[in-house]
Amino acid sequence: MEDLYREQIIDRYKNPRMRGSLDPHDFSYEDDNPLCGDRIRIDLRVDGEDRVTEAAFTGTGCAISIASADLLVESIVGKKLDEIRKLDKQDVLDMLGIEVGPIRLKCALLSLKVLKASVYGLDTIEDEITLE
Amino acid sequence: MVQSQVKVFDVERIREQFPILSREVYPGTRLVYLDSAATSQKPRSVIEALVDFYEHHNSNIHRGIHKLAEEATQAHEDARQRIAEFIGARTAREVVFTRNATESINLLANAWGRANLKPGDLVLLTEMEHHSNLVPWYMLAEEIGLHLEFVPVTDEGKLDLEAYRTLLEEGPRLVAFVHVSNMLGTINPAAQMTDLAHEAGALVLVDGAQSVPHLAVDVSELDVDFYAFSGHKMCGPTGIGVFYGRESLLEAMPPFMGGGDMIRRVRFDGFMPNDVPWKFEAGTPAIAQAIGLGAAVDFLNDVGIENVHAHEQVLTGYALDRLSEVPGVTIYGPELDARGGVVSFTMEGIHPHDVAQILDHDGIAVRAGHHCTMPLHERFQIPASVRASFYLYNTTEEIDQLVEGLHKVIEVFDI
Repeated sequence: MEDLYREQIIDRYKNPRMRGSLDPHDFSYEDDNPLCGDRIRIDLRVDGEDRVTEAAFTGTGCAISIASADLLVESIVGKKLDEIRKLDKQDVLDMLGIEVGPIRLKCALLSLKVLKASVYGLDTIEDEITLE
Repeated sequence: MVQSQVKVFDVERIREQFPILSREVYPGTRLVYLDSAATSQKPRSVIEALVDFYEHHNSNIHRGIHKLAEEATQAHEDARQRIAEFIGARTAREVVFTRNATESINLLANAWGRANLKPGDLVLLTEMEHHSNLVPWYMLAEEIGLHLEFVPVTDEGKLDLEAYRTLLEEGPRLVAFVHVSNMLGTINPAAQMTDLAHEAGALVLVDGAQSVPHLAVDVSELDVDFYAFSGHKMCGPTGIGVFYGRESLLEAMPPFMGGGDMIRRVRFDGFMPNDVPWKFEAGTPAIAQAIGLGAAVDFLNDVGIENVHAHEQVLTGYALDRLSEVPGVTIYGPELDARGGVVSFTMEGIHPHDVAQILDHDGIAVRAGHHCTMPLHERFQIPASVRASFYLYNTTEEIDQLVEGLHKVIEVFDI
C-alpha cells in the first residue's frame, strides 16, 4: 500500500501539473469508467508536423487515475502523434512506477484509453487496450 | 415447565462457526469483513451441508426411481418447506427457486409482465432501487412501451411517501420497491406501502435481498404479492435465490423458461406446464445450493433473526457515532431507527476506491463504487461511495479498526 500511494502519486493527485483545458484544440476526447465514476478529458494542440505543442486534462477520479493522467499528459508534450499511438499499458505503468493489481488497472489506464481514442478516433480503441 | 425461548447472543461463539473469519488476509493481518451486503460469509453447517450432499446423496431429483434420487428430492423439497416457513409463506408451493433476487425479478418481469402489462401501463419503482429492480423493467418497457415512474428519495435517505401517494393516483399496475436499501440502509415501510398500493389497485413486488438476511420478514403479514431474495447474502451458497409469489398469482402466470421439470406432459403439438412452483423451475436446479440454503435458514433460526437484527442495530449505531467523528466524512442514509446494517459514506477529497484500497492493506474489506445503484448516487450527486455493511459475526472492535483505518487514509493523503 505504501508503494501504491507513494509520494509521487499523492502529490500528482493533489497538485496535478497538467490540469486544464485548451480552447481551441486540435484533438479532444472524454471518457469515463462507469464502475468507479472516474471521468477524464484530454485536449491537445499539435503543430504542422503533428507534434504535440500543448496538452491538458480535466476530470475527476481516484489518486491512481488522476496521477496517471497527469504523468501521461505531461509526457506527450513534444511527442509526435505517431509516437503517442505507440504508447502502451507498460509505458503508463512505468511512469507510475508502482505495481497495479487487476482491479485498479482500469483506473491507471483510463487516461491512456482517452488519449488513444483522441488521436486514433474511437473505433480502434477497444482492440488497442486490452486490460486482461 | 415452560422453557424460555430467549436465546443468548454471543458474537464470539458465532464467529467460531465461520471458518473464513480466522484467516489472515496478509501475513499477520486478520480479516475484518465489512462487506456482507455484497455477500455474507458461510457458517460451517452450511459448508458441511454442501459437502454432505455431494458425498452421500448426490443425484438428480424428482423423477429418479432409486434411493439416492429419493433422498436428494426429499432434502431439496424439505429445504423449500423450511425456507417457506422462514419467510411466512402460506405454503411451500409459493416458494420458487431461482439463482438469486435478480433472476426472481426477471422471472416476474418476463412471465407476469409480458402476460399482463400493455403499452402505456405504469410500473412504479423508486429512486433507491438496485439495478436488479430497474434494468428488467427498462428492458420490458423498451419492448412493450411501459411507463415507468420513480418514488423520490428525500435528502435524509427515505422514500417520499407523500409523493408515493400522489404517484399511486396515476394507477400503476405494479409497484416494485426495495425493502432495505443496499446503499442507504433505509428500511422502507413495506407493509404500509403495500396497503397503499393495493388500495390503488396495484400488485406489489418487494426486493428483499437486504431484508430477509437481517430482519424478521413475514410475506403473508406484509401481504405482498411477490418477494425476491438471494441465498448468498443470508449465509447460504451462491447460485440459489427465491421468488415468492401469492399462490393464486403464480397459478395464473405463464411459465418463465422452458425445459425439463417445468412440464407435466410434452407432445409433438405442445406441452402442459407442471404445477407451481416447479412450473417455474426449468432444467436441473441448484440442488445442493437449495439444501445449503435450507441449512442457512436452520442456522439463522437457531441464532434467532431478531437477535441478528438487534446485534446489527448496536453495530450500526456505534458505526454512525464513530464515523461521524472522522474529519471530512459524510454519511448517507437515515437515522438508526430506520436503518439496517449498512453505512455508506464519502471522504472529502479522497476517492472511495483509494479509501477501500488503503483499508484493504489492514485486512478491512469494504465496498467502494456505486453498489449497483448508479441512479441513487446521481441523486446524491456523488460518483461513488464507500460502504461498510454488517452482519451477525461483526463486532464493535472491527468498527474501531475501520475508524483507525480511515485515520490512516487521511494520513496517507495528508488532508
